[in-house]
Amino acid sequence: MSDHDYRPKSKVGQWFNDRLPLLTLANHLTDYPTPKNLNYWWTFGGILTFCLITQIVTGLTLAMHYIAHADMAFESVEHIMRDVNYGWLIRYIHANGASMFFLAVYIHIFRSLFYGSYKSPREIIWILGIIIYLLMMAAAFMGYVLPWGQMSFWGATVITNLFSAIPLVGEGIVTWLWGGYSVDNPTLTRFFTLHYLIPFLILGLVVLHIWALHVPGNNNPVGIDIKKPSKDTVPFHPYIVIKDGFALLMFMIVFAFFVFYAPNILGHADNYIEANPMVTPAHIVPEWYLLPFYAILRSVPDKLLGVVAMLSAILILAVLPWLDTSKIRSAVFRPLYKQFYWILVADVLILGYVGAMPAEGLYLLIARVATAYYFLHFLVILPVLGFKEKTLPVPLSITEPILGGSPNLAAARNNESKIE
Amino acid sequence: MNSLFKLFSIIIIIITSNSYSFSAEKVEYLKTDWSFKGLFGKFDRSSLQRGYQVYTEVCASCHSMKYLSYRNLVEKGGPEFSEAQAKAIAASFDVTDGPNSDGDMFTRPGKLSDKFVMPYENVKAAQAANGGAYPPDMSVLVKARGGGVDYIYSLLQGYEEPPSNISLDDGVYYNKYMYGNKIRMAAPLTDGLVEYGDGTNATVEQMSKDVTTFLMWSAEPHLEARHQMGFKAIVYLIILTVLVYFSMKKIWSRIESEV
Repeated sequence: MSDHDYRPKSKVGQWFNDRLPLLTLANHLTDYPTPKNLNYWWTFGGILTFCLITQIVTGLTLAMHYIAHADMAFESVEHIMRDVNYGWLIRYIHANGASMFFLAVYIHIFRSLFYGSYKSPREIIWILGIIIYLLMMAAAFMGYVLPWGQMSFWGATVITNLFSAIPLVGEGIVTWLWGGYSVDNPTLTRFFTLHYLIPFLILGLVVLHIWALHVPGNNNPVGIDIKKPSKDTVPFHPYIVIKDGFALLMFMIVFAFFVFYAPNILGHADNYIEANPMVTPAHIVPEWYLLPFYAILRSVPDKLLGVVAMLSAILILAVLPWLDTSKIRSAVFRPLYKQFYWILVADVLILGYVGAMPAEGLYLLIARVATAYYFLHFLVILPVLGFKEKTLPVPLSITEPILGGSPNLAAARNNESKIE
Repeated sequence: MNSLFKLFSIIIIIITSNSYSFSAEKVEYLKTDWSFKGLFGKFDRSSLQRGYQVYTEVCASCHSMKYLSYRNLVEKGGPEFSEAQAKAIAASFDVTDGPNSDGDMFTRPGKLSDKFVMPYENVKAAQAANGGAYPPDMSVLVKARGGGVDYIYSLLQGYEEPPSNISLDDGVYYNKYMYGNKIRMAAPLTDGLVEYGDGTNATVEQMSKDVTTFLMWSAEPHLEARHQMGFKAIVYLIILTVLVYFSMKKIWSRIESEV
């Protein structure tokens, strides 16, 4: 790549850059050759960065007014909502920001699944992404506990109790997590500490995620390797920056709608009742973004196996690059995979729906079938499909499909293979 | 771009239908026109003032509102009592203060900075006085119930004779909107229970609407500011989005012409 040859124009710039090559980095980021056919599904990386920064900035502000104490947390949140200048705005951005963050991350993940972005040589980017996703879930769960409402308290009780399924040491681990014999003040203070820490861990991992991305460069909707820089690429700035910016603004309109006109619709009413260890809510439900995994957890009759199934459902994603045996990345050229992909999307949405319903009768049956299918998709369908599927011919370059139908195509392909 | 919109709307529909479904098992709530709903929703000032009257004359004998202060009654976007009125309201309550220089607690008339005086010293005292049931604090009650304002509004008017197959214990009442239909609160409102200063006819329906409006404000005191800012923010974002869209088209036209 050309950025190693970069030399700043000014003397001061050269002096600085020889000692700390930040200007080389900036030059690399602006010139970074990006496939020119990236569609809007590729804008969610930038949107996610925005979400992370928004959560950190609003979170820092909230932390200045929040009191992490079982007797005062709920009241301090009301103090923020009523008396802190624009406290209501900051808190609603933070609370809905979590949902927006997950909305964006799910789109980002499913984009990767569709276009095979997790495949060689991008496995490390993918695994870093899965770790970020796990940390996001931990941060969101602990953040939901902080207002110390009924759903905070009972959600924390249910989730931490999962660890008691571990044989022999389970009970001990739960006591250790709680810092006592039930969810109480020590639990709240440690959750606050970790909730504060995790976003910065995520930030660090995001840097690695982007770094790892910049080694092979972006995948693209056609899913082929491209020469960089070439006619197939555009410099990141201004082309991708403006496109990401446009998509981000669209996203912000949706975000703003929730913050200003439906700020509590994604939350649960019970969380406006102060935590009460003596009263259990009728339904204990996690936030919407955790519902598919909650459904998987509850679909297994055995507690330990349920926890194992839930964790496997997430961790199976980490080995996805090796489960998917197909050499073709993009679903555009995989007619069968494309169908199974949409079935998986429907399957996860169904899991999310039944996760919100009581685990009984028909709902439980649906949850079990959907859980079984989820694992079937990754453990059986994907490995087999790679060998059985008849894929469509893949173009040689990005510009080719645009020129599609040209009589010279076959000839061009022949020439290419001769050169090789 | 189209598919992006589709996905957004599908996800939003799924999410919202999910969060509604928790309370969907219950009966259809009574509906009324709430002035504070919608893009430009604002509180009906006189309804808020009447609602405060209902709260303080009826509800406040059992229900606390511990996150509100008398100064809130003056603030913009609320009932907007005049400062003199609010001072008089505050002064009509006895507030325990202290300790004074002798180390004793003492009672004085309320000030604007005081929190709403609570009917009971603590939860235990409230339970003892109400047959074991704690009358919930009303500060954020509207947000703490799945059906929100419609639920509270309906509940206040939902008292009925129980069906013959349901037997009620002493101090338990039948309400068709209550979860499980059994409620420990006797019907709090009867026609003409309060006398409105502005001459509005104090029917149960009117009082229910007024007090529910008041409770909405107490749960969301900055609702009006939120709606106003939201409209400005979204209009601003839409204009900026359009501008950025055309800039994007301009910039990308350099590339597309090359192909």
